[in-house]
Amino acid sequence: MIFRISRSCFSSISVKLPSFKVHHLELDQLPQTATTTSAELLAYYKSMQLQRRMEIACDNLYKQRLIRGFLHLADGQESIYEGLHAGLTFDDCVITAYRDHCIALLRGDTPHQIIAEMMAKQTGSTKGKGGSMHYYKKATNFYGGHGIVGAQIPLGTGLAFAQKYLKKPNVTLIMFGDGAANQGQLYEAANMAQLWHLPAIYFIENNLFGMGTSIDRASANTKFYTRGDVIPGIQIDGNNVFQVRETLKFAKKHCLEKGPIFIEAMTYRYHGHSMSDPGVTYRTREEVQQQRKTRDCINYVKNIILENKVADEHQLEEIDNTAQNEIDIAVEQAKVDPVPPSTELTTDVYVDNQNHFIRGILYKDSILPKSQ
Amino acid sequence: MLRIVHKLRSGFAKMTVREAINSAMAQEIERDSNVFLIGEEVGQYQGAYKVSKGLYDRFGKSRIWDTPITEAGFTGLSVGAAMYGLKPIVEFMTFNFAMQAIDHVINSAAKLHYMSAGGLRTSIVFRGINGAAASVAAQHSQCFAAWYSQVPGLIVLSPYDCDDARGLLKAAVRDPNPVVFLENEIMYNEAFEVPDNVMDKDYLIPIGKAKIMREGKDVTIVTFSKMVKFSMLAAAELEREGISCEVINLRTLKPLDRNTIIESIKKTHRVVTVEEGWGQCGIGAEICSVINETNAFFHLDAPIVRVTGADIPTPYAFNLEELSFPKAHNIVEAVKLVLK
Repeated sequence: MIFRISRSCFSSISVKLPSFKVHHLELDQLPQTATTTSAELLAYYKSMQLQRRMEIACDNLYKQRLIRGFLHLADGQESIYEGLHAGLTFDDCVITAYRDHCIALLRGDTPHQIIAEMMAKQTGSTKGKGGSMHYYKKATNFYGGHGIVGAQIPLGTGLAFAQKYLKKPNVTLIMFGDGAANQGQLYEAANMAQLWHLPAIYFIENNLFGMGTSIDRASANTKFYTRGDVIPGIQIDGNNVFQVRETLKFAKKHCLEKGPIFIEAMTYRYHGHSMSDPGVTYRTREEVQQQRKTRDCINYVKNIILENKVADEHQLEEIDNTAQNEIDIAVEQAKVDPVPPSTELTTDVYVDNQNHFIRGILYKDSILPKSQ
Repeated sequence: MLRIVHKLRSGFAKMTVREAINSAMAQEIERDSNVFLIGEEVGQYQGAYKVSKGLYDRFGKSRIWDTPITEAGFTGLSVGAAMYGLKPIVEFMTFNFAMQAIDHVINSAAKLHYMSAGGLRTSIVFRGINGAAASVAAQHSQCFAAWYSQVPGLIVLSPYDCDDARGLLKAAVRDPNPVVFLENEIMYNEAFEVPDNVMDKDYLIPIGKAKIMREGKDVTIVTFSKMVKFSMLAAAELEREGISCEVINLRTLKPLDRNTIIESIKKTHRVVTVEEGWGQCGIGAEICSVINETNAFFHLDAPIVRVTGADIPTPYAFNLEELSFPKAHNIVEAVKLVLK
C-alpha cells in the first residue's frame, strides 16, 4: 500500500485505493485515489477507536453477565461503518441485521444509550425493550436492528421504494452478511428494485463466515458482488475506510441515476458470530491473529497518520485513552441506571396503546382500553 | 366513481361487497397521496378477484403496483415503505399465500413499535381472501383468523357486509397500527342495500366494536364474516319455532369486543360461537375463555357451544366440502343444544 502521493499546502493527503472487482461496470468508472485531510484522518481514527472500545466493553460486560441474551460484536469491521458514515448522509437510510451497535453509534446514539440498552436499563436507546439486536433512530433514518436473517433486505428495499415514491434525492443502504446473501428474499427484493429502478444499495459484509459455516460451504457462487445477476456489482476491501467511502459515493450516484447496485465489502470479525461462539472451531487462532496484524482497519488509518506525520504515537495514544475514557464513563453510568419500571411492560404495543386490550398473565391483571 | 352502484330509492344504493371494498380503497387512495395498493395482478389485470377493478386506470402505476409472485419480497418491501411513512395496502391473493410472508407481518410489522419503544411504526393494511371458497381444496381454504388474532401489536378485522367492508377498511387504512383485514371470496358477490351515509368518503366504523345484527333474548350467537350470513339464516328459522336469537357480528377480532358479548350474555344466558376455522385454539375457543374469565360466566345457564370447521384439511369433493364447514342447519342444531 502506498500511503503518500502528494501533500498540498492545504494539508490534503491523497490515498491510493486498493483495486476493485466489477460486474456489469467499467473499472474506469471508479476512482483510483481518495483525498483526505489531517483533521479527517484523526476524526476517522478516533471514531473507529470509539467503536472498537465500545464493542470490547460489551464483551467484558457480557462475561460479567451484565449483558444477556444475544450479543453480536463487530470489532474488526469498524471501517465499514465509518465509511458509510462518511459516504452517505442522514437523509440516506440505513438498515441492517443484528450486528448493529456501531451503526447505532454513528447514526446518533451515545455510547451510554447503546450500552445502557444492552444492560437492560431504562436509559437505553429503546428503553431496555429492544436489546442488542434492536436499535433504531427515525431522526437519522436508521431503521434497525433486525433479528431475522435476511428480513432487513426487503424492508430496506421498501425504504428505497418510499424514497423514490416521495421523490427524495436519497438512497438506502441495505446491509447484510455473506450468510444472508443466500436468502431467497434478497433475490425477490433485488428483482423488484431492478424492475422499478429503486435507489437501493445491497451491501454485503463478507466476513467469510455465516456463523460457523465458511462461504465455500454455504454458497455455490461466492462472488457475492455478482449475485445480483443483471444488477451491477463491485467488490472492495471493507477494511479500507476510504474505499468504502468512495464506493458508497459512487453507488449513491449510480442508484439515483439508474437503480440498484450490489457492493461486496471483504472484511473480518475478530469475535465469533456471537458470544456463544468462540470463533476458533471453524477458523484457526493463527488466522485471526494474522488478520489483526496485517489487515486491521484502525491500524491502516494509524499508519497513514504516522507516515504523514499528522500525529505521533503519543498523540494517538491520547486519543485512544480519551476514547476508552468515554466508554468507561458510559459503562459506569449505565451500571447505576435503573431498569425500566414495570409499567413499561405493556406500553408501546400499539401506537394508540390506550385504545387496546392487553392481557396480563392473569386475566385480572389485564390492561383494559380507556373506553372500557 | 361507483358506476355499478344501483340507486334503489333515495338514501340507499345496492352494491356488492366487492364493490364496497373497491370504493373504499379508491376513496382512501384519492384522499391520501401516501396510500398505495400493491400485490399480484392488482393493476393491469384488474385484480385476481376483480376487487381492484378500475383502480389502475384511474390512479395509474404510481399508486397501483403489480408485483412479481414473491410474497416475502413484496410484503417486506411494503413494511419497509410503511416504516418510512407511506401507507401501503398489501393485497394477498389469498391469505394462504401470506404464509410465505408471515415473518414480515409478525416480526417486521407487528412487533416493531414495541421493540423500538415507539420509535418506529407501520401504518399498513394486509388484506385478502381468508377461509374457504368453493372446491379449491386443502391448500387454498384455510382460515387464518386465529393465527393473526393472537399477535400483540396487530389489529385484525373481518367484515361481513358492505357496511362493514367500507367502514372497516377505511378505518384500517387510517389506523397507525398494522392491520390484517380478512375478506371472504363468497361474500364478494353478495349484494346489500347501502344507505347514503355509508358511501361517504369519511365513513368509518370504530375498530374494536362489534355490531348486533339482530336482537334476541334466548341465545347469543357470536360470529364473524361469512358465518354471519348463516347465523342470520339460522336465527330466522329459529324465530319460526319461537326461539329468539341475538346475533353478534364481531367485525373486529383483535381487539375483541368483550363488553358487547358480556352484555348480551347477561340478557340471554346462553352462547353459541360460530366460525369457519378449525376449532383448536380458534376464535370460539378464545370467546369461551373470555366468558369464563369474566363475570359473564355467572350469567350462563349452560356451557357454551362452539360451531367450527371440521378438524381436517379441506377436501376437494363437493359433498365432502359441504360437510367440512358450518352451515345454517349446524347453527340451528347448536342453538337447540345450548337450550336443552
